[in-house]
Amino acid sequence: MTSDRNSTGGVPVPVTPAGASSGAPAEHPPSSPAGRGMFGTHGSGDVSGFGGLVRQRQPIEEAPRPYGGYFDEVRDALEEAYPYFGDAIEKVVVDRGELTLHVRPERIAEVCQVMRDDLALRFELCSSVSGVDYLGADERRLHVVYQLTSMTYRRRVRLETAVSAEAPHLPSVTAVYPTADWQERETYDMFGIVFDGHPNLTRILMPDDWEGHPQRKDYPLGGVPVEYKGAEIPPPDRRRSYQ
Amino acid sequence: MTTSNYATERKTTEGKVFTVTGGDWDQVVSGTDPINDERIVVNMGPQHPSTHGVLRLILELEGETVREARSVVGYLHTGIEKNLEYRNWVQGSTFVTRMDYLSPLFNETAYSLAVEKLLGITDDITERATTIRVLMMELNRISSHLVWLATTGMELGAISIMLYGFREREYILDIFETITGLRMNHAYIRPGGVAQDVPDDAIVKIREFLKMMPKKLKEYEDLLSGQPIWVERTKHVAVLDVTGCLALGITGPVLRSAGLPWDLRKTMPYCGYETYSFDVPTHPDGDVWGRYQVRLAEIRESLKIVEQALDRLRPGPVMVADRKIAWPAQLAIGVDGMGNSLEHVAKIMGQSMESLIHHFKLVTEGFRVPPGQVYVGIESPRGELGVHAVSDGGTRPYRVHYREPSFVNLQALPAMAEGGLIADVIAGGASLDPVMGGCDR
Repeated sequence: MTSDRNSTGGVPVPVTPAGASSGAPAEHPPSSPAGRGMFGTHGSGDVSGFGGLVRQRQPIEEAPRPYGGYFDEVRDALEEAYPYFGDAIEKVVVDRGELTLHVRPERIAEVCQVMRDDLALRFELCSSVSGVDYLGADERRLHVVYQLTSMTYRRRVRLETAVSAEAPHLPSVTAVYPTADWQERETYDMFGIVFDGHPNLTRILMPDDWEGHPQRKDYPLGGVPVEYKGAEIPPPDRRRSYQ
Repeated sequence: MTTSNYATERKTTEGKVFTVTGGDWDQVVSGTDPINDERIVVNMGPQHPSTHGVLRLILELEGETVREARSVVGYLHTGIEKNLEYRNWVQGSTFVTRMDYLSPLFNETAYSLAVEKLLGITDDITERATTIRVLMMELNRISSHLVWLATTGMELGAISIMLYGFREREYILDIFETITGLRMNHAYIRPGGVAQDVPDDAIVKIREFLKMMPKKLKEYEDLLSGQPIWVERTKHVAVLDVTGCLALGITGPVLRSAGLPWDLRKTMPYCGYETYSFDVPTHPDGDVWGRYQVRLAEIRESLKIVEQALDRLRPGPVMVADRKIAWPAQLAIGVDGMGNSLEHVAKIMGQSMESLIHHFKLVTEGFRVPPGQVYVGIESPRGELGVHAVSDGGTRPYRVHYREPSFVNLQALPAMAEGGLIADVIAGGASLDPVMGGCDR
């Protein structure tokens, strides 16, 4: 799977997979930048004129007080219990009845500790840890999302942190929530986000020798060769389809 | 022994090919002296009849005692979450249903609830659709618990219960086939409602099932509960208390078997579960026996809910009224299987150009979902099944993450197995009820 078939026709030149050093096993052309065009085609092939459309991403907006529901209580309790609140919390977002605290990555483990231990917060269960790659949004494109559940108060809160692809490091929360162990491994596996202090940060779903991190938005996708005069079905992000 | 972290590779005309071998296996084994040392390392799985699918366990044994246990997952990883990003929101149902193949309707419901929350149409879901979802989920919970009972029985040497469990499960799958057209992988519950209405003969079948099932449960209990071997192999085996469960994020029957009545249907209700009357069974001991008791009791509770749901079914639409979201399909069984009904196709084609365009746009392009993110958690047979869905405003999911209870719960295996006997690894692992399709996604 080399670059031969993509070197002409105004098609972008392939780059190495995100995080890869040798290119294999999935050395394929890069995916299109998210949010461009209407049909997913670029260069030649698109005569509709819609290929030049650029979808604007709405910036995440800080929610105004009061948030409503238990959200104010959670914020106030955290502010009271955690002395570095002003430094650690970048933004508070309330959307669709859910509270999201955007946390500075280096503070995430401390914030989790307070969220778990403070009597007014008591988020005993870390339901889920996962990543989202907001490619093209800003410098810190890799987000890690923690869903915390308070079994005592029956509340949910989302913590979100963002790191850059160049320095994808943040502290592991496994010391606070041992359940985050495998979930952080999965996030590392899929996004290449390194959780410092994790006891055993290895790949978990992909094979040990896999190169690249498949859930990144710039991870190259493979096309499917078909038995017709060397034709190939293009990778899904390069097919002509609605975006 | 390999020195590099990567497998050996060779160049071919197709590109680089890796030869993946046992990895550090030689290294692991060479650390032990088989003659003078009592410790041996045993590789159990990934192909082993007692590991519930392709789960690999690396056990360090001293005689029959397990000193260390590590589980290796990922053998069934199929990249479903990534695949979702290249299909439209409705097509997502057909993917997520294939994750945890023993509880497909839970995967679909969780996904649909998440998409509906993103769309802001949670309150528009019709009552009939919600009731059908509850009905289907509870039937699915019974079938999933039956498979648990069947396979666990088999793994502990009780073969008859395996046959019985699968026999009754087959009855439920028949009901599913009548309603959705398929025994598994239904893609029946979709964003906006359900794919089609419940036919009348399915109601008759479910009523029959409700009559039959309590007797069968009695039969299982007569067969197992007093059986000395079953008791011996499950009581005080693979104990995990509430503290351990919470630290490791264990939810579902395993948590309830330790005594904490945490059930999302009660504690954070969805789909109107707060209006149904049922109990959350618990057990004080936190052992395999407790999990067996809890699951059997849950089947009984599910039967109650199914009965209430049946009584509540009133005629009405099963899809939201918004024609920009409702999938414009009327499925029918034709000679070549299930597909769009010919009358419906004729209607679309014959009605008007606009209607045809609308149908075409909705099917090929799909609907747009306003940007944002949501997290929805529901109580699957294995614990909290969570969906974190992110939309960037397009017609396809930007990111969907499944918080799979099988994946999270499997982390408890070392805590349960270490220090116990190797035979109890099987009992403990089975009592977690991991489904590798869900775990690895």
